[in-house]
Amino acid sequence: MSRKTTDRLATGTIYAFVGVVVAILCGLIGYILITGIPDISWHFLTSAATAFTAGGGIRDQLFNSLYLLLLTLVISFPFALGCGIYLSEYAPQNWVTGLLRMAIEVLSSLPSVVVGLFGYLIFVIRFNLGFSILAGALALTFFNLPILTRSIEEALQDVPNLQREAGVSLGLSNWRTITKIVLPIALPGILTGIIISAGRVFGEAAALIYTSGQSAPTVDYGNWNFLSADSFLNPMRPAETLAVHIWKVNTEGITPDAVAISAGASAVLIVIILIFNVGARFLGQRLYQHLTASKSK
Amino acid sequence: MDRMKQNLHQASKASYQDYFGKSISLFCASLVGMLVVAILYFVMTRGLATFTQNHISLRSFLLGQTWNPTQIGANGQPEVGALPMIVTSLAVTLLAALLATPFAVGVALFVTEIAPRRGGQLLQPMIELLVGIPSVVYGFIGLSALVPLMRHLFGGTGFGILTGTLVLFVMVLPTITSLASDSLRAVPLDYHSAALALGATRWQMLYKVVLRAALPGILTAVIFGMARAFGEALAVQMVIGNAVLMPKGWLTPTSTLTSQLTTGIGNTTLGTLPNNVLWSLALILLVMSLFFNSLVRFIGRRGRMQK
Amino acid sequence: MQTYQYDQTNICQPTLAPALATRELEVFYGDKQALFKGSLQFPKHRITALIGASGSGKSTFLRCLNRMNDRVATVKGRILYHDTDINQRQINVYQVRRQISMVFQRPNPFAKSIRENIAFALKQQGLHDRAQLAARVETSLKAAALWDEVKDELDQSALALSGGQQQRLCIARCLALAPDILLLDEPASALDPISTAKIEATLAALRHDYTIIIVTHNMQQASRIADYTAFFHLGHILEYSETEALFTRPQIKVTEDYISGNFG
Repeated sequence: MSRKTTDRLATGTIYAFVGVVVAILCGLIGYILITGIPDISWHFLTSAATAFTAGGGIRDQLFNSLYLLLLTLVISFPFALGCGIYLSEYAPQNWVTGLLRMAIEVLSSLPSVVVGLFGYLIFVIRFNLGFSILAGALALTFFNLPILTRSIEEALQDVPNLQREAGVSLGLSNWRTITKIVLPIALPGILTGIIISAGRVFGEAAALIYTSGQSAPTVDYGNWNFLSADSFLNPMRPAETLAVHIWKVNTEGITPDAVAISAGASAVLIVIILIFNVGARFLGQRLYQHLTASKSK
Repeated sequence: MDRMKQNLHQASKASYQDYFGKSISLFCASLVGMLVVAILYFVMTRGLATFTQNHISLRSFLLGQTWNPTQIGANGQPEVGALPMIVTSLAVTLLAALLATPFAVGVALFVTEIAPRRGGQLLQPMIELLVGIPSVVYGFIGLSALVPLMRHLFGGTGFGILTGTLVLFVMVLPTITSLASDSLRAVPLDYHSAALALGATRWQMLYKVVLRAALPGILTAVIFGMARAFGEALAVQMVIGNAVLMPKGWLTPTSTLTSQLTTGIGNTTLGTLPNNVLWSLALILLVMSLFFNSLVRFIGRRGRMQK
Repeated sequence: MQTYQYDQTNICQPTLAPALATRELEVFYGDKQALFKGSLQFPKHRITALIGASGSGKSTFLRCLNRMNDRVATVKGRILYHDTDINQRQINVYQVRRQISMVFQRPNPFAKSIRENIAFALKQQGLHDRAQLAARVETSLKAAALWDEVKDELDQSALALSGGQQQRLCIARCLALAPDILLLDEPASALDPISTAKIEATLAALRHDYTIIIVTHNMQQASRIADYTAFFHLGHILEYSETEALFTRPQIKVTEDYISGNFG
């Protein structure tokens, strides 16, 4: 076989592979959207789920997912920021830092079901939080910390060193230089990192089944007292999320319209994650332009 | 003059700011470190309890083929053979990675080398989106579309290793593709021009030069994909059938480590043997995850040494 | 004429009172020694130029003087300022850097407005009075000969300025803090000749109030503006004397080769 033929054959094979993958991609997204979108209605989004009869909605699950995401970000962001700043700005180059980096890598590659089990053992049982939003948020924090820490560290590393030297040479403390000069420049990158990690948290289910639980008790959306048991803000109540709901109606199989519900819920999940992705891109670009437009002017 | 000397020796507001900043960021960092230590510690002590408290032999756990923790087996010990789950987990992981790698490398070559414009603009964001699709969605599609299809094509229940492999294949494909594209992009452009200047065809250039140079990165990508597949719980659990039996064929219901954990943990009480053995399964997952991690580090080190 | 002379024979001791002096300063990057026993005295309110080829250790030396090398290198020896060795752990480095300020090779204004670039550090030091801040902004911009060019656009981003303007803004930013000593690390090397001339004029005007130490590899620049010049070679300071003497009667062969362009 001549070199030319091999070349043509190889190129053809690559095109075939790409064709198959594109077909799978389109099939997947098409399947979700085609089967899911028709099931999405105002009623579907705003009514409570039903276990034994058809026609249930996903109102509570949707809210729980968003609330859990918010709580997770509120808990994990400060620690990830501190850790990212330490690794990027303060950490000396020695074996302790190496160990810390390794620990973060290990945490990020841990199967989420193991993280969920750990959360179940520690928060649900040891700390006696029961199946609750708080326990779920703490478990998701473990899951989220390494991703967020790494993206914050990368964003900080992208800031030119000259900016640090400028601040420090004026007699500012390293801390002020970091918080007032370096951080504002790193902000677009940090925001993109937050949004992308939010997408992952939003779709996570395995870590939540045994931490935030699989039931969505009826809550009162008018009760703003987050200490009261039926308040929608109460962090101590069990809360099934959208992703857990999809898993549950499919595996327990007692809901008659399980397929329609999961299709609709999957489409909602995908659409929201799509919005996160596009939002991250858009926001990153806007902020980038905002920072560099002044440069070109 | 004396004032200046004094100032030079005295701590100022800036010194306290820096002390504060350094302590608080170090605190956050050590918290993350402690967290990892805590996870490792708890999973290990819990997972080892099967062997230390319940005196199950490691051999019968790793090599036993019957799983029925509440029953006493022929040897007078509870039947806690995890081999079927270990085999199934390894099988679906390896098969999915084997299947996905050529496709992933093909697409990565297409996106970076053959049609960077079209490929980059269309395929790239699509692949990134796929990385972000939640695993339950994959599981749901597997359950509602793939399982009936398999049942229709091959008979049987439709649940089993084949279905699990296919679901995992689609799941790890975007992960491997996007990491492999990154490593292909990192190959210096000089390499391309040098190879082409010597009269190589495009495929010779890609195969002999670019793929060679990107090999450590591609291997790393495959290992990340395998780690994801091995640790994936819900998507697999939904299509594997969840019967703890040795897989006898492509489409017999069986169970992976993760699927058994997902279904089992809610039905057992903490501190009892049936619960402890589940933690032992989690320990296997943990050890495998550490193994994949060190493999990545090893390849990274080797790759750096060659350069 | 000797080729090399590593001892102190060709290092002059200026009779004027020194603002800053180093004693046997040595710098190590890991195992690699980048500077050997550098002992110099910098007279008050004079401009001193440090010249030498790339890698001769002149920038390394300069960065030690306000402890900017703390994180990247090991610095041994003494740096005397106000009868105090400021190269000690217990010394307050922030205080040191407020007195001994630095301008870098590439202009590095903050991504803030022109006004904020100058006022930022002052605010951090606790000055919040608007009138006073405005006055400090104006005087320091005037001292850096930038005021007339930017007085109408103080709230524009500093990144919109030209390279030369940015560099003068960086000088103004240092001056606003009223330092004692100004360190400049090849401040004009990234700039065009006209901007360079403006920076040189600015420095010449500043010499009455500040002690200035400037690293440059432009020998004309050194001979135009410096009162004293030190020649660095491979980590050693080989010769140090009044600029005119160094350029007209170099004592060492390498110095002569370098200043006459026969280097290497």
